[in-house]
Amino acid sequence: MRVMNQLSAHARFLVQLVRRPFFWIIGLVTAAFVVAPIIGNNVELREGLLIACIYIILASNLNLMVGYAGYVNFGSIVFFGLGGYICVYLMSAAEWPLAAATLAAGLCVFALAYLFGFGILRLRGPFFALATIGINEAVAAFVINFPPWGGSSGLYLSPELFRQVGGPMQALWVIYFIIVAIMALSLYLSFAIKNSKFGLGLLAIGQNEDAAAVLGVPTARYKALAYSVSAILPAIAGGLYFFKSAYIQPPDAFDLNLSLEAMAVMMLGGQGTVTGPILAGYFYEELRGWLLTSDTFSHFQLVVAGALLLVIVLFLPGGFMGWIHDRWPRLRKVLE
Amino acid sequence: MTAILDIQGLGKNFGGVQAVHQLSFSVEEHEILGLIGPNGAGKSTLFNLINGVFKPDRGRVILRGVDVTAEAPHRMARRGMARTHQIVQPLTGMTVLDNCTVGACFGRENLPLLAAREAAHEAATFVGLGDRLERPASALTIAGKKRLELARALSSQPTLLLLDEVLAGLNPTEVDHMIDVIRRIRTRGVTIIMIEHLMQAIMSLSNRIVVLNSGQKLAEGTPQEVANNPAVIEAYLGDPKLAEELHRGRRHG
Repeated sequence: MRVMNQLSAHARFLVQLVRRPFFWIIGLVTAAFVVAPIIGNNVELREGLLIACIYIILASNLNLMVGYAGYVNFGSIVFFGLGGYICVYLMSAAEWPLAAATLAAGLCVFALAYLFGFGILRLRGPFFALATIGINEAVAAFVINFPPWGGSSGLYLSPELFRQVGGPMQALWVIYFIIVAIMALSLYLSFAIKNSKFGLGLLAIGQNEDAAAVLGVPTARYKALAYSVSAILPAIAGGLYFFKSAYIQPPDAFDLNLSLEAMAVMMLGGQGTVTGPILAGYFYEELRGWLLTSDTFSHFQLVVAGALLLVIVLFLPGGFMGWIHDRWPRLRKVLE
Repeated sequence: MTAILDIQGLGKNFGGVQAVHQLSFSVEEHEILGLIGPNGAGKSTLFNLINGVFKPDRGRVILRGVDVTAEAPHRMARRGMARTHQIVQPLTGMTVLDNCTVGACFGRENLPLLAAREAAHEAATFVGLGDRLERPASALTIAGKKRLELARALSSQPTLLLLDEVLAGLNPTEVDHMIDVIRRIRTRGVTIIMIEHLMQAIMSLSNRIVVLNSGQKLAEGTPQEVANNPAVIEAYLGDPKLAEELHRGRRHG
């Protein structure tokens, strides 16, 4: 009886979500990402959008921790890198198929993050932020000294492995579509959590953790859960990304710069919003592409990311969405 | 009558300071217990020990016969204990309704989101915030924030309510309104422990009063007994303003 009640409560929750316009907006964005590069078989556009998707996935999941629960995680890239390593290792050493390897990567990183989370989430404010960087550096140092994962020279995948997704040419399309799907899942996750009891608890923690605890929010469990749930999809994306590259090395996997870029994208879009990472992820990818190809600014993108963070924090703390919501308050209910 | 809360030999030190020392008393179901004492007597510390914000060094807290000493605050909330803070702690960026929804979602009833929203609506209206449900908590006046503290605590439909100076900083009209709200809460069958400096209010609201001084129990009894207790008068005479208040409270109470 209780189980039935719970199930029907969950079902009602899902029905409610589907009824909101934003549910369909995410669907439209996803469809646009799928259709745009197919038109004219535009490979260049596909590669650009793939990077945008990675930014959106990282920023959207980072948002669960930073935007909702108010905990600044500078080391979120460790999920992406670990996911990549687990996936590549399982495929090369144990010959697992891609689907199984990526799912295993997601689950393993989720479990690891839950353990890390209980350890470091006792810390607050700047101490927590420093600890997240520490975790990333510690995992990188571990991998460099871990022979089964190839140490500092990393792991390589045989081109043969691309056969399971239809050969090298088709593989790039298949991987792209899967990454778009992971992006859609990230957005739906962010949307569902924001409208759930779990999300309300996280927002309360972000506003005033002590008051939230007195009101009955199980703060320790919720924080660890947010931290580890925000690890799953970046880990899967990492697996797919490094499968596509066919090799993985510590400096690429645990690149703090990418963490910083994810943070910039999330802040630029508007922390705590679901739409923000979409707009900012796409915008930042375009900007990055332009900087990389321009003669004067090539290899200047990180300076721009840093400057962007500074400008947002100083002048636009609510990001794109904060500005939009202030300007057109009615949109607050539509674009979450 | 049965005791809903039983405090046994509670003690807490901060460094060398004994904030609460060898404190024992019990609270009967459906009563209002007043908690008074000069500043620094350990009243707020006592609340923090009861609802698990601080862990006591000695002694036990028994809630309805269950030893709940040092249980985490969120578990105490689930057990039906709710409190307000002396220094208001609103979830500033969230609306009045969302603030109360948090209380309803995670408190004793552990309601799902939709039902919680209804309970929150009801509690906010009950304390007189019905016209400000969609305002951000940060936009409320101090009196509004005090009411929000109370609404949030009530949203969880508690059986035991700890009120920490809900009348402080309010003007006389607001005080009258708040006293009325507290009376109506009692008629709902909620047991209340209230810390208050406003003697008139506490003398007229409380069934019994416990007086704290330097972390220890100085006296306990009905408002009349306490007000006529020489030890209490002496403790308060150290603070002429409070002594005068006590005197006035005795006349009006």
